[in-house]
Amino acid sequence: MEKGKGVMGFGRRWAVEFTDNSAALSSRDIHDPPGFTRASQDQDDSSVSRQKKDAEANWKSQKAWEIAQAPFKNLMMMGFMMWMAGSTVHLFSIGITFSALWQPINALQGVGKVFEPYKDSKVDLLAPKLLFIALNLGGLALGIWKLNTLGLLPTHASDWVSSLPPPQEVEYSGGGFPLH
Amino acid sequence: MAARVLSFYLLLFLSIAQLGVSLYEDQVGLMDWHQRYIGKVKHAVFHTQRSGRKRVMVSTEQNVIASLDLRHGDIFWRRVLGANDSVDGIELALGKYVISLSSAGGTLRAWNLPDGQMVWETSLQGSKPSKAFLLVPTNLKVDKDNLVLAFGGGCLVAVSSIDGEMLWKKDFAAESLEVQQVVQSPGSDVIYVLGFVGSTQFDIYQINGKNGEVIHHETSNYAGGFSRNTLIVSDDMLVALDVTGSILITVNFQGGKVRIDVKPISDLVGYYSGQVELLALRLGRMFALKAHQHIALISVTNEGKLEVAEKVNSAAAISDALPFSEGQLAVARVHHEDNKVQLTVKLGNDWSTNLLDETVKIDGQRGLVQKVFINNYIRTDRSHGFRALVVMEDHSLLLVQQGEIVWTREDGLASVLDVTTTELPVEKDGVSVSKVEQNLFDWLKGHVLKLKGTLMLATPDDMVAIQAMRLKSSEKSKMTRDHNGFRKLLIVLTQARKLYALHTGDGRIIWSLLIGSLRKSDACGHPVGLRVYPWQVPHHHAMDENPSVLVVGRCQLSQDAPGILSFVDAYTGSEIESSGPVHDVLQVIPLPFTDSTEQRLHLLIDTKQRGHLYPRSREALGIFQQKSSNIYWYSIETGNGIIRGYAIKGSCIHEDSDDFCFEPRDLWSVVFPGESEKIISTATPKLNEVVHTQAKVMAEQDLMYKYISKNLLFVATASPKASHGIGSATPEEASLVVYLIDTVTGRVFYRMTHQGCQAPVHAVFSENWVIYHYFNLRAHRYEMSVIEIYDQSRADNKDVLKLVVGKHNLTVPTSSYSRPEIVAKSQSYFFTHSVKAITVTLTAKGITSKQLLIGTIGDQVLALDKRYLDPRRSLNPSQAEKEEGVIPLTDSLPVIPQSYLTHALKVEGLRDVITVPAKLESTTLVFAYGVDLFFTRLAPSRTYDSLTEDFSYALLLLTIVALVAAIVVTWIWSERKELQEKWR
Repeated sequence: MEKGKGVMGFGRRWAVEFTDNSAALSSRDIHDPPGFTRASQDQDDSSVSRQKKDAEANWKSQKAWEIAQAPFKNLMMMGFMMWMAGSTVHLFSIGITFSALWQPINALQGVGKVFEPYKDSKVDLLAPKLLFIALNLGGLALGIWKLNTLGLLPTHASDWVSSLPPPQEVEYSGGGFPLH
Repeated sequence: MAARVLSFYLLLFLSIAQLGVSLYEDQVGLMDWHQRYIGKVKHAVFHTQRSGRKRVMVSTEQNVIASLDLRHGDIFWRRVLGANDSVDGIELALGKYVISLSSAGGTLRAWNLPDGQMVWETSLQGSKPSKAFLLVPTNLKVDKDNLVLAFGGGCLVAVSSIDGEMLWKKDFAAESLEVQQVVQSPGSDVIYVLGFVGSTQFDIYQINGKNGEVIHHETSNYAGGFSRNTLIVSDDMLVALDVTGSILITVNFQGGKVRIDVKPISDLVGYYSGQVELLALRLGRMFALKAHQHIALISVTNEGKLEVAEKVNSAAAISDALPFSEGQLAVARVHHEDNKVQLTVKLGNDWSTNLLDETVKIDGQRGLVQKVFINNYIRTDRSHGFRALVVMEDHSLLLVQQGEIVWTREDGLASVLDVTTTELPVEKDGVSVSKVEQNLFDWLKGHVLKLKGTLMLATPDDMVAIQAMRLKSSEKSKMTRDHNGFRKLLIVLTQARKLYALHTGDGRIIWSLLIGSLRKSDACGHPVGLRVYPWQVPHHHAMDENPSVLVVGRCQLSQDAPGILSFVDAYTGSEIESSGPVHDVLQVIPLPFTDSTEQRLHLLIDTKQRGHLYPRSREALGIFQQKSSNIYWYSIETGNGIIRGYAIKGSCIHEDSDDFCFEPRDLWSVVFPGESEKIISTATPKLNEVVHTQAKVMAEQDLMYKYISKNLLFVATASPKASHGIGSATPEEASLVVYLIDTVTGRVFYRMTHQGCQAPVHAVFSENWVIYHYFNLRAHRYEMSVIEIYDQSRADNKDVLKLVVGKHNLTVPTSSYSRPEIVAKSQSYFFTHSVKAITVTLTAKGITSKQLLIGTIGDQVLALDKRYLDPRRSLNPSQAEKEEGVIPLTDSLPVIPQSYLTHALKVEGLRDVITVPAKLESTTLVFAYGVDLFFTRLAPSRTYDSLTEDFSYALLLLTIVALVAAIVVTWIWSERKELQEKWR
């Protein structure tokens, strides 16, 4: 858009203006030809721009939905990789699990930024955002579930008592065989 | 799935690799030390021919026969006989065999002189227990074969010295003769056998040494009766005491005629009181009589008259007579004068002649001279010189020659009674700079050498230097506390009532103390040492206060003898204080309280079960009275098969009591049926054991709560027949019953019977489990069983939310009166070895997995992982259990050769193994003692919390320097390149 304007501004040496639809309508006393109504032309002009704007908004919202759905693919891939990694604790499975946790958290932190280009008064970003958040939360849940299957979450009683010292005893007793 | 299987095998491999505690050949001696001893010498025979190595053969009270290097005192060879096989005598035969008679005349053995190989062994079956004598006549020959005469079990036996074949045997027990002496008449084949029949008749047999025929038999009577303490004086005269012990009887049997003379002792030595004793010495025509704190040397003149040659103080020692040249005898006499020891060698035939008179300075901590043996040598000027082997009161052995102590052996350490440990002093400021510099240089040099070794650049010489450096690392033998807690002092109490402090780094003696209050005195006839306890362990004032230990002893062996307490400073080795003789001491109970000076409170129980509190201060009394309602004790009465529990009733009410005495209150008793059960063994948890957690996490995150209590007692009883040696009972008669008893309430938690099993039982108690070792008669094998106990009343503490919030009662102090519900799990396994001692590794925080340390019958220490003794082992453990480390069940426990802590060494006569935690959690210190001492460091789960000593810091440093250099170089390089890029 801007480039076109630039060409109009600098590229041409001369121009003949056949149409004069300048705003200084009142300065000329030439009447419009019969059958010509300025208003209709104005109307026509505005409808074109509206159409353009609509298209843009459409495109934006479409794009936003696309972006909102992007984590789904990610989710599927993560799921596949987790399945591949198995449920024993080793370097590979831990790496995958932590990346599965890290990605959604990272994405959730940047929700505003991701959808900023598609910000438009006419575009309703709430729904895609919600989808995006939901999908990322799903990814996070998947990661946590994986963490649990690896046994790295303190969800068992044993995780909470394994370092409890034995209780003290009230009584003290000693003795044995006579010394010899 | 493949990855899972692979990882499982990897885990399995790692776990198996962890089980071994093996070490490489070049690691021997890095953290272990081994000291060889022989014990208190009772016989010594010198072997000093002109050529070859000079040696002395000794036999000791620890049943050791050894050959020592006479130049340095090193052991050429050593044979340790069994515990019941005490040596009666040793002699040399044929110039190449050492003949030993042992087991009260039951066994005769010949050992090869150069290397100690056994040449032959003959078992002598006597008919009746009697005295035992060994006689190796020099000139008694049958077909070029020298005879060895042994008397034991009432029989005189002649044995060929070449192959040990019995040539003839004469039974005297059949004639009810109590043989007192067997002597050879010099220059002839006639053997005299002298003895008593009844108390008044005296018999002499003359026997032909070649065939055992009786040549002559003479009998005579003395109406006054003979005392059983008799000795030979010369080849034709015998001296005895009468029944009252006040009259000296001389029996002259020259030419087969018996003539009895009588002389009151007071006529000879003047006034005396107390017991008279004839010393068992061979002094030619003299004898020694001990009466009234004096030893009288009485010579017999040719006419048979008795004359006192000399009277010396009873603190003297006299040697046997040594024939050194034509018909001349030398006798050594050693006595104390002030701080010095006077060694005098006199001519036996003429007591006034001194052959040698030397003064030797001997360390006062060695006490009095107990025994002396002499040997002669020819000096360069053809005169006779004498060397003396001296046995001191602390059982140490010294060789004295030309007024000098040539060598010393600390053989008191062969009879260790009890061991405790103390920390070393904290390192203080003020280390000199020059020392540091030198150390730094040494450090650098050492690390460069190590680096060379790591990078395989070292020459063989370097390798030797590296090994020597590793072995002699000054780090391990420093006299200060170290960060890891490896350096400590082992305080060792020996049978000779001497206390030694040994450094754990290299086993050297830091100080030794012959405990003054435990020495023989008028009040205490035969003092014995019992135990040693840590008394004061300063933590708050560790910089300026020394720890001390408490030594408990008794005046006599009997249990009701008065006790003696001695407090010894653990750094200086001086006696701070002593009390005694005090009340008798049956048990010592260290209490878990300390006073403001950090002295631990001890309760000493006497035979009337009264408690006596120590230290005797108002403050200690205050602390004790505050806690006294929760203090209990128990006593095990093996004789009646009763275990009784007591609590404190109140202060003592008898007349000579003080405030520190407390009357007992009978609480409970467990009575075992005497006809079917006899107490043979007990075990309790160690007081200083630290347990890390009360929960046991099993496969599938399941939880069990351990029942951990220090007030538990494991008791093993066996049917009376099965409580003796193996073979004394049939499987039907034998049964073994084990109990777990709470010692506060007397409640029996658990009881189990092993049918067909019998003593000996060795047990160890730790955390919530007991492991015990016994013999299974049905299977003809040794078995080991484990009992693990869990607390069922805590089992429902499984709600995660409650645990997260902290709403649980798991840390509330528990009482034995709350009747906990106990669940026990048990399992048994076969075990190859019979066992002398079992103990378990202790670590600072109790996190590290446990290993059993088993003192085997072969006098070695074997480490066995506790995981092998786990009641949860099954034939096919589930996947989860396998991952947890449960080993599939096998019927016998494996003995992995690499897990012998003692590797190639033997701790001869092993009696006990103790473990002490180091500061480093992964590591424990192990000390095994018997005739030998052995110390090592053990990491049951490897040293997961520190780098190994072999770690090359130089390599690490080099790598870091190289990396930093590389970073700097590449940075400069990239800067330059960027600059060039910009100029283009």
